[in-house]
Formats: sequence, structure tokens, C-alpha cells
Amino acid sequence: MASNQADIGRFGERSLAEPVIKKHEAIGIPSRTREVALKTGLAILLTLTMAFIALPVVALFLKSPPETILRSLHDPVVMDALRLSLMTSTITTITIVIMGTPIAYVSARFNYFGKELADSLIDLPVIMPPAVAGIALLVAFGRMGIVGHYLNAFGISIAFTTLAVIIAQVFVSSPFYIRQARTSFEDVDLAFENAARTLGASRVYTFFHVILPIAMNGLISGAIMAFARSLGEFGATIMFAGNFQGRTQTMPLAIYTAMQGDLDVSLCLAIILVAISFVVIVLVKTLTRRVYKNVNN
Amino acid sequence: MLTIDIRKRLRDYDLEVKMDVARGEILMLVGDNGCGKTTLLNLVAGLQNPDTGRIALDGRVLYDSALKTNIPPESRNIGYVFQSYALFPHMSVYDNVAFGLCTRGLSKSDIRPMVKDHLEAAGLWEIREAKAVDVSGGQKQRIALARALIISPVLLLLDEPLSALDVRRQANMRKELREMIHSCHVPCIIVTHDLRDVDCIGDRACLLEKGKIALTGGAQEVVRWEQCMHD
Repeated sequence: MASNQADIGRFGERSLAEPVIKKHEAIGIPSRTREVALKTGLAILLTLTMAFIALPVVALFLKSPPETILRSLHDPVVMDALRLSLMTSTITTITIVIMGTPIAYVSARFNYFGKELADSLIDLPVIMPPAVAGIALLVAFGRMGIVGHYLNAFGISIAFTTLAVIIAQVFVSSPFYIRQARTSFEDVDLAFENAARTLGASRVYTFFHVILPIAMNGLISGAIMAFARSLGEFGATIMFAGNFQGRTQTMPLAIYTAMQGDLDVSLCLAIILVAISFVVIVLVKTLTRRVYKNVNN
Repeated sequence: MLTIDIRKRLRDYDLEVKMDVARGEILMLVGDNGCGKTTLLNLVAGLQNPDTGRIALDGRVLYDSALKTNIPPESRNIGYVFQSYALFPHMSVYDNVAFGLCTRGLSKSDIRPMVKDHLEAAGLWEIREAKAVDVSGGQKQRIALARALIISPVLLLLDEPLSALDVRRQANMRKELREMIHSCHVPCIIVTHDLRDVDCIGDRACLLEKGKIALTGGAQEVVRWEQCMHD
């Protein structure tokens, strides 16, 4: 009897304990192995992706000794392209900010007839191939274009001028600013606006003293993105503005042209653009982090 | 005297409110979430527009659909404390309180003593340089109240002014708030969830249900409403 009870007890112990151990063996260890395998797989994927992006950039620096870069910096092609790119991109960014800020605010705050269509049109240049944008601008503002035809009658010619470079850059880069600005304005709590109004502020005063400062970091990061996109613009510019040194040959165009003759010049320009890209990324990341901090507060 | 007689179609029901608030009186507006309490405050403040009706304050028409009168919120001179306090995050405590005076075009030398008075009265002068987002919940509430009072409002609207405070601070603030509002001698509407606020702060109370005033009476009667609501 006693031995039977002991057996039952042992049986009971075993029957309760064993499945638990088996469960751990069945699920616990393989799941840990799976986790390790997953982490290893992800680490390999990340390393390969980073190498894929970093390798060409590193190669650029390895292939361009500093003395060659410094010598190329004095090349008129480099200087002209650098000057033209910085000038046109700056004008483009200022134009986009002046033009895009009210549009982004209206888009963030108000509903109006055709808003969906307007928003889609604003975003269109982002997905439109730059070469298509270039030819579209040409048939719109070129000498024989639907608007350019009339401008030509007044002796105004846009295509293949520095103005064409700016128009191409504005066309291609404006969505980068407007989209970011729209999101920044949407993030500004409506209660701030309402509080300002009840405290006696007009809509304009509220915009400049409350909404704009709160959205400012987002707007600046949008403007930086638009500036960077303008600086790298190639397809639309070469189609609509041509490739004339000092007049329409921006840095990407100069890289392309110099590739056929002097590779050092190409590499020098490429390194300048890479450096600017790095600065842009750091600035945008810093500002975006600050925006998130504001939102959390 | 504030006179409200308005209708507005909301998504789920019609907001139809007819009420008066006397000068120096504190009206407590209670009701469930989404019954139209905050919408009513926004309509009185001019942040939203009624479909029809009339809002007048001491004989001055703020909104009248028949006369097509609609005074914009910036010209109504109403002190509004928002539920979230809506303190401007990029400004200091001082600048938040001074904002309403800056919009009126007052000079810095005129603004400073007024802001100092209000901040000292609220015990906030020491933290005037701090960013409004960096202060405690209780301090935010005081800043929001000081910002609303400094413009010498003709009407006070407070949307759940104590909801962001912890329970102990709420109890202390009720009496303080009542005294502060009474010293302004203007009509006041306070939206609240908490029936203890009604008894301690209010003179009169209205129960809003799906946009209509279901019950109205003295603040002390609310305890009985609570029993009715539970029944």
C-alpha cells in the first residue's frame, strides 16, 4: 500500500515535471537558436548593406589623393560649377521656402475643393523621372513651348539659361520642402493656435509668432533636403538648361562632362558633393531629433 | 451677463444650448465625454461657429446668425484656459504670460510690471526664464491661468483646469481657483468631469447630455444628480 502510494507519488511527480522539461526542450532551446540565427542573419545583412553603400564612397576618397583634389580645385571647370551650383541651389531654396511655406500651411490646416489633386500634383515631381521633368519643362517653357512661345514673343527666353537651371531645380526639389513643412505644421497642436487667437493674436500674428517658431526645426530640415536635392539635380537640368560652363553647368553636369576627359576634376567635384551630403545628413538628423523632443514635450 | 442661445449640428447629435451666466457667477458644466462641453466653450470663444443663434456679453453681440455678426476670437477678449493648457513650448514662462499684452501692441516697459504682478501673485516670478514645457503640472496650470487673466478678460472659460494635477494639488487648488475667479467679477464657465469641483468651485451647475442641458441648479444639488445618474 505504502509502496503503491510512493509509486503513485513518484508517478505524479514525473507526470507533472517531465512535460515541463520537454516543453522547454521543444520550444525554448530551438527558439533561442532561431533567435541567434535571426540576429546573425540581420547582422550579416546590415554589414553587407553598409559595405555596399560605404564602398563606393570610400573608393572615391582612395582614388583621389589630397594633392590632386587641391590642384583640381583651381580648375576653372570646378570653380565655375561650384559657384553656379551653390548660387542656383541657394536661390532655389529661398524660392521654395517663400512659395512652399504658405502652401504647406494651407495644406496642413484647411480643406478646400481639389485639395487631394493639389497635394498629388505637389508630390508628382518626386516620382517623375528627372529626364521626363526636363522635357516637360522644355515643352512648357522652351522657345516653342506652350508658355515659352508667348514669352519668346516678348524677347524672353528661359530655356538654356541660368534661370532654367533654377526652374528645373525648383520643379524637382519643391516637394521635398513642402512635404516636410506640411508634416511639421500638422504636428503643431491646434490648441496653440486657438490659445493665441483668444489672447488677441490675428491669424497672421499667430502664424509668425506661434506656429512658425514651433514648426521651425522641421521647416529648416525640409529646406536643407530641398537644397541638397537641388545641388544633385542632373536630368531635368541637362534637358531644359543644357550644359554650358559657367552658365548652366552645375556640379553634377560638370562631373559628367569631365568624366570624358579629366577624371581628377570629376573626382574632385564628386568629393565636394559627398562632403556636402554628409553635412546635410548630420544637420537634418540633429534638427529632426530636436523636433521629436518638442513633440514629446 | 453672458447670454447663450445657439444650435450647431455635430456629427452624432445637435448641440442646442440656451443659458445665462451672471457677472461674477461661476457656472460648472458637467457631462460625459463627447457631450459637447468643450465645443460649447469653443463656440463662445469664437474658435468654432454655431449654425444659428446668438451669443451676447453685457449687451455686446459676439455672434448673431440673424444679424450676420461674428466677432473673431482675437477681438472677444475672453480668457480661455485650455485642457492641455496650450502653453507655447518655444517661449519662456514670462513670454507666455506677456503674449496677450504683446498682441495688444503694448510697450515692453508697460508689459513688464503687469507680468511681474501676475507672476508674483501666482508664485511664478522665480521661474520666469524657464521654458514653459520644463515646469511642473501645477506650475503650468498657474501660468495658463495668469496668461488668461492678464488680458483683463470680460469672460472666463476654463476647460478641465484641474484634470492635469494630482489629487492632493486638486484639493488645494479648488478654493484658490474659486477665490481668484470671483475676484475678477466676470462670468465664468468651467468644464469639469469631477463632481467634487462643482461643489467646491461653482455657484451653479449644468448637466449637458448629448448637446442639451439635461439638468440645471445650484452647485450643491449636484450630489443628488450623481445619485440620479447612478440610478
